Amino acid sequence: MDKFTTLTGIAAPMPLVNIDTDMIIPKQFLKTIKRSGLGVNLFDEMRYDRDGNEIPDFVLNQPAYRDAEILIAGDNFGCGSSREHAPWALLDFGIRCVISTSFADIFFNNCFKNGILPVVLPQDAVDALTDDAANGANARVTVDLESQTVTSPDGTVYHFEVDAFRKHCLLNGLDDIGLTMEKAASIDTFEDQMAQARPWI
Amino acid sequence: MTIPAAAAPRTLYDKIWDAHVVERQDDGTCLLYIDRHLVHEVTSPQAFEGLRMTGRKVRAPERTIAVPDHNVPTTLDRQTGIENPESRIQVDALDKNAREFGVNYYPVNDIRQGIVHIVGPEQGWTLPGMTVVCGDSHTATHGAFGALAHGIGTSEVEHVLATQTLIQGKSKNMKVEITGRIAPGVTAKDIVLRIIAETGTAGGTGHVIEYCGEAIRNLSMEGRMTICNMAIEGGARAGLIAPDETTFNYVKGRAHAPKGAQWDAAVAWWKTLFSDEGAHFDKVLTIRGEDIAPTVTWGTSPEDALPITASVPAPEDFTGGKVEAARRSLDYMALTAGTPLTDIAIDAVFIGSCTNGRIEDLRAAAEVLQGRKLANGVRGMVVPGSGLVRAQAEEEGLDVIFMNAGFEWRLAGCSMCLGMNPDQLAPGERCAATSNRNFEGRQGYKGRTHLMSPAMAAAAGVCGHLVDIREFAKEPA
Ligand code: SF4
Repeated sequence: MDKFTTLTGIAAPMPLVNIDTDMIIPKQFLKTIKRSGLGVNLFDEMRYDRDGNEIPDFVLNQPAYRDAEILIAGDNFGCGSSREHAPWALLDFGIRCVISTSFADIFFNNCFKNGILPVVLPQDAVDALTDDAANGANARVTVDLESQTVTSPDGTVYHFEVDAFRKHCLLNGLDDIGLTMEKAASIDTFEDQMAQARPWI
Repeated sequence: MTIPAAAAPRTLYDKIWDAHVVERQDDGTCLLYIDRHLVHEVTSPQAFEGLRMTGRKVRAPERTIAVPDHNVPTTLDRQTGIENPESRIQVDALDKNAREFGVNYYPVNDIRQGIVHIVGPEQGWTLPGMTVVCGDSHTATHGAFGALAHGIGTSEVEHVLATQTLIQGKSKNMKVEITGRIAPGVTAKDIVLRIIAETGTAGGTGHVIEYCGEAIRNLSMEGRMTICNMAIEGGARAGLIAPDETTFNYVKGRAHAPKGAQWDAAVAWWKTLFSDEGAHFDKVLTIRGEDIAPTVTWGTSPEDALPITASVPAPEDFTGGKVEAARRSLDYMALTAGTPLTDIAIDAVFIGSCTNGRIEDLRAAAEVLQGRKLANGVRGMVVPGSGLVRAQAEEEGLDVIFMNAGFEWRLAGCSMCLGMNPDQLAPGERCAATSNRNFEGRQGYKGRTHLMSPAMAAAAGVCGHLVDIREFAKEPA
């Protein structure tokens, strides 16, 4: 997993609430057995018409946002299906950070496993950043994980919360599995105790 | 005097959590032991590939259960193979991975194959007090047994395969109580749609919901699974229902349920699994069972649910970001504000999915369809949740009722719940569906989904439009 330390990039506004993972990456693209290559199909049904032509109105099709690295989204982003293809598609497109008032739990978790930082900010901050983002490519936002801040184009600084363990893993690009494997002895002990207490499992 | 921590009243969630903590870090993050890991073909190939690349094994293959469900064709000729090359590759990859890593496995041609969340309980893999995970958001279903069950992403699937644990922060506790009794014609599906209409799809975010109250107690295990299945649609990490005699009776005698002395020991522990008097809930919602009507969705989010007696709302009825979302929904669904819901004409009926693809669901639909036919121009599909559900239905003659009514009688799988296989809605087609998601494009590109109970979906098929099952039931067949 790539580290996430600090990012300065173009922010694209998607103020729609309840953007679900079916919208982020529709099911026909879940048939892959790889993690890569999903970026072209990110938001597929909002982004292209049936013949595969780009829908010009869609935000990521507009010249100013084609290279967006940050999304400013409406409430409850990433709800629905647990598909990790959603963060894979975002990442493959180039999005490294999503800012919203709230995220669905599984999607939120999945982001951290893939080097994407989901940032929760209050409504007024998200509204202000959405307005800034609507200004197009001028809206370069800086996200600093170490100091837990988002800095808007006009210099306003917003502080955000992030869980200490997740921050540590993201800052250092750590793989959870490797970390947990080091705890094999504790897991062995737990299994022995469980075999006594709940042998039917 | 302060109560010692061990004696502090705990919720059901607290108790299951405490029983599975392997290690706790200073910031409260825990390493949680996983008792059952269910695996399907869509969210697992990258995880197995990860194991292979790092030379890791599956730590507990005996606790891991794999079954293909999302991509499998449900047509009778499926033994001849899967036509779509990508679907075939995924199903073949699961087959290869399951055999190579030695996990429990129900291949496509096994009568026990079906939707993973139906197979787990049916085979007795899911037991009270367990932790159950799957790379699938509807893992919440297993919470009906008083098991802590939730969906995980593919990276976490790989983590559980390799370590049989999950790194987790504890969620908050939420209680949803349905008091009293529900009226005739009202089902578990109506209860859960009503709950989501009240909480919104983000209302449960960061919480584990415990469903309780007389109306929940009175539900069968199947109804309880329908409720917990959609906990995720309310945003919750998991849904839970405390186990009781209904649970024990369902579990007893199933292939992987404990037997003999182990059974007695298990039941003794299971009986301690309830929320203590005075346990703390961070959020509480109470709904009177008597106030719940047969409920359907009108929009493209499960929270867009209303009693069937209502009319399509207008965007102005909402506030904030929901105004724009409602406008988009109405446009997508091609509905006009003010239209009575019972005036909405449908083109298709889908009966199945892990929400409502169990035998009681098929019985409820068949009861409505007995001696009746689908309205002209409406197509219908019944997809049993597992091969065993299908066999049971055939034994009861339900297949004949469905086919006489003009429905297709399919083999088990996810099918048109998400349309990864060829079972899809055509653009613009409108469907009365017993599944759990009415998202844009979920059942097929530009397809339009209205969620409802099996009886309501069947009745809509007969009438050609959405209908109040309480009115419908008054008409002779
Ligand atoms: S039936 Fe639908 S909701 Fe259930 S597991 Fe299959 S695709 Fe998911």
